[in-house]
Amino acid sequence: MTPDILILAQEAGEQSKLAATIWDGLSLGAIYALLAMGFVIIFKATQVLNFAHGALAALGAFFVASFATIIDVPGRWMPDAPAWLTWSLAVLLALIAAAVVGMVLERLFLRPMVGEELFAVAIVTLGIDIVVRNITNDWIGTDIRPLGDPWGTNFFDLGLLRIAHTEIAQFVVSIVLVVGIALFFRSRTGIAMRATAFDQEAARAQGINVGKIFAISWAIGAVLAAVGGIFASTFPRRIGVDQATAFFAFKAFPAIILGGLDSIVGAVIGGFVIGLAEAAAGTYLEQFEFLGSGFGGVVPYIVMLIVLLVRPYGLFGTEEIRRV
Amino acid sequence: MRGRPLLFTSYEADQALMPTTTKKVALTVFLIALVLVPVYDVIPLAPDFLSKDDWLKVLTNVMIFAIGALGLNILTGLAGQVSLGHAFFMGLGAYTAAALGAPEGPLVGLGLPIWIWLPAAAVVPALVGVLVGPTAVRVRGLYLAIVTLGLVFIGEYVFRNAESWTGGSQSGRTFPRFQFRLWKEEEPLIDFSRKGTWFGIELSNEAKTYILLLGLVIVATLIAKNLQRTRVGRAFQAIRDRDIAAEVMGVDEVRYKLLAFGISSAFAGVSGALLASFVGRTIPERWDLLLSVQFIAIILIGGAGTVTGTLMGSLFVIALPRVVQDFTGWLSDKIAAGEGIVAKVGDFFIATSGDDFGIVNTLPGTGPGLSVFQLNLVLYGLLIIVFLIFEPLGLYGIWLRVRNYWKGWPFTY
Repeated sequence: MTPDILILAQEAGEQSKLAATIWDGLSLGAIYALLAMGFVIIFKATQVLNFAHGALAALGAFFVASFATIIDVPGRWMPDAPAWLTWSLAVLLALIAAAVVGMVLERLFLRPMVGEELFAVAIVTLGIDIVVRNITNDWIGTDIRPLGDPWGTNFFDLGLLRIAHTEIAQFVVSIVLVVGIALFFRSRTGIAMRATAFDQEAARAQGINVGKIFAISWAIGAVLAAVGGIFASTFPRRIGVDQATAFFAFKAFPAIILGGLDSIVGAVIGGFVIGLAEAAAGTYLEQFEFLGSGFGGVVPYIVMLIVLLVRPYGLFGTEEIRRV
Repeated sequence: MRGRPLLFTSYEADQALMPTTTKKVALTVFLIALVLVPVYDVIPLAPDFLSKDDWLKVLTNVMIFAIGALGLNILTGLAGQVSLGHAFFMGLGAYTAAALGAPEGPLVGLGLPIWIWLPAAAVVPALVGVLVGPTAVRVRGLYLAIVTLGLVFIGEYVFRNAESWTGGSQSGRTFPRFQFRLWKEEEPLIDFSRKGTWFGIELSNEAKTYILLLGLVIVATLIAKNLQRTRVGRAFQAIRDRDIAAEVMGVDEVRYKLLAFGISSAFAGVSGALLASFVGRTIPERWDLLLSVQFIAIILIGGAGTVTGTLMGSLFVIALPRVVQDFTGWLSDKIAAGEGIVAKVGDFFIATSGDDFGIVNTLPGTGPGLSVFQLNLVLYGLLIIVFLIFEPLGLYGIWLRVRNYWKGWPFTY
C-alpha cells in the first residue's frame, strides 16, 4: 500500500466519522426536540413547568414494552396478524394510556394549583416526577425491557455512514408530529389553546373551556413525551426501556431552556443543537484523557449554562416583563 | 410585663428570640430532653425505645440534614431563589473535608484535625457558590431551577472523574472521623467515634456523635434564626417578595443574591462533610438529584421561610423512612402470625411471598409491589404534592393553627 492510499483511507475515515457524528447528533436531537416540544406545549398552555416529563417519557416507553411484548395485548388476540400491525396497535394503545395518565395527573394534582406561584406548581411536578418515576422503575424492574419494534437492528449501509431503520422512522414521525402540531394550532381547539396560553381569564370570558384545554395540552404533552421515550429506547440508542430512561429524558431540559421555555420553534432548534453538541463531544472529546468518561453526557448542561449567561431567557424565549 | 404576655413595649422585645415566658420554659425543657436522649436508659423502668443506638443514628441523620436544610431555607425560603443544586454543594463540602481531614493514603488526604476541615467544608463551597452566583443572578425564577439542576449533573460528572479525590464510582472513599485533635497527634483529645465514659456515664459511639451533632445543630439554628432578624435577612426577604421594589429601596440585588448563595452553600458544605463522615464511605453518586429533592421536600413540608418549620421538616422527612420500615416490618410479623383484622388488612397492602398481591413487598430483591425504599420515595413525592396543595405553610402552618386554637380558647378568633 502506498502512503497516498493510506492518507486517502484516513481521510475517508475522518469524513465518515464526521458524517456519523452529524447524523447521530441529528437523530439524538430529534428525540430531544420531541420531548422539548411536549414540554413547551404544557408550559405554554397551562403555565406548568413539568419536571415529570422524563418520567412520562419512560412510562410511555414502558407502556409500549408492556403492550407489545410483556402482556402482548393486541398480538394475543390476533395471532395471524403481521408483526408490524400488532406493534402499531400496541403503540396506539400505549399512547392512549400515556394521554390518559397525563390528563389524570393534571386533573388530580395540577388543577388545584391553578393561580398559585409558578415555582410552587413546578415543585408539585417534581413530586409527581418522583412518584411516577419510582412506580415506573418498579414495574420495569432491573431488566431492560425491549419494545419489540419491527425495525430491530437493521440499517442501510451508505458507505460513509450507516442509517438505522429506526432513525428513518424517527425522522418521519418527528416531521409528521411537528407538522401535525403546527396544523393543530390552526384548528378551532388549537386557537382556543393559543388564547388560553395568552391569557387564561380572558379566554374563559370568551367561552373557552380552559379546563378542557389543560387536559388536552397534558394529553398532547404526555403523548409527545411517550414518542420521545420510545425512540430513546430503541436500537441506535438503547435496546429497551430501563431505569435510566427517565434520566436520559432529563437531558431534554437543556434543550428547552436553550430555546426558551415558551417557544416551540426554540424547543425544536434547541433539541437539535443539544443533540449535535452531545454527539460531537462524544466523538471528538472522548480522546482527551483529562475530561474523563461520560463528558458527552454533561455537554448539554454546559451548553445550557453558557447560553443562559448570554441570553437569560434562552434563544427564543419571551423576556418576562417585570413590574414593581 | 407579667400577665400580659403579648404586650411588647419595644421593637427589641417584639423581635426577641424568646418573647414569652412560655416559650423560654418550653424551649429549655425541650433542650434538656434532647440532651438526655442518649442516657435515656439510665432512667429506671424507661421503655426500650429511643435509647436504641439505631434510633440515635436516625436522629443524628435528622440533625445533619437539618443543618443543610437550614441553608437551603435561607436561599429558597428567605431569599426566594429556587435551587436544586444543594447536593452539589454538599458533595463539595464532603470532598473538601476528606481532602483536608482524611489520613494520608492512596487518595488525597492531609490528616488535619476537625477544627480545620469542618470550617473549610463551609468556606470552599461558599466560595464556589459565590462563583456560580453570577449565573444565578442573571437567570430568574424557573430558569434558575433548571440551571441548578444542571449543576447537580455536572457536579456528579466532576466528582466521578476526579478519582484521586473522590475514589471514583467503584469504591468511593473514606472520610475523616469525628475526632477532636489539636494537631496530628496519635490519640485524639476527644473521640466522638468510639465508645467510652464521659463524666462517669458509659456512652456508645452513636451517643457521642449525637451529642456532637446536637451542639452543631444548635449553633446552626442560632445562626439561621439570627440571620433572619438582621439587615441581611430583611434584605433577602425584600428580594424574595418583589425584587425590583427591593432594588428601588436600596437593596443591592446582586450583592445579596450572591450572599444568599454563599451562606446557603456554606451550610450545605458543612452538612455534606458531616453526612460523609457519619456514613464513613460514600461514592460520588451519593450527591445526586434525589438528595437535592430531599432538601426541597424538607423545607416545603416543614414550611418554607421558617427555621422551626425547617427543623420539623427534617425530623419528618428523615425519620419517615425508618418509621415506614419499622411499620411494614411490624405488619409483616402480624401477617405471619395470621390472626385478627390487622393481619387481614395488612395482607392487602403487603406482599409477603412471590405470588401474593400487595402495594409493598418485604421480600429481599425484587418482587411484586414496591420495595420499602421505593415506597419511601413515592411517599416523599406524594407528601410534597399534598402539602403544596393543601397546606402550603407546611408543618409549621399546622402547628400555628393548633397553637392559635389553644391560645384563643375558648374563642375561635
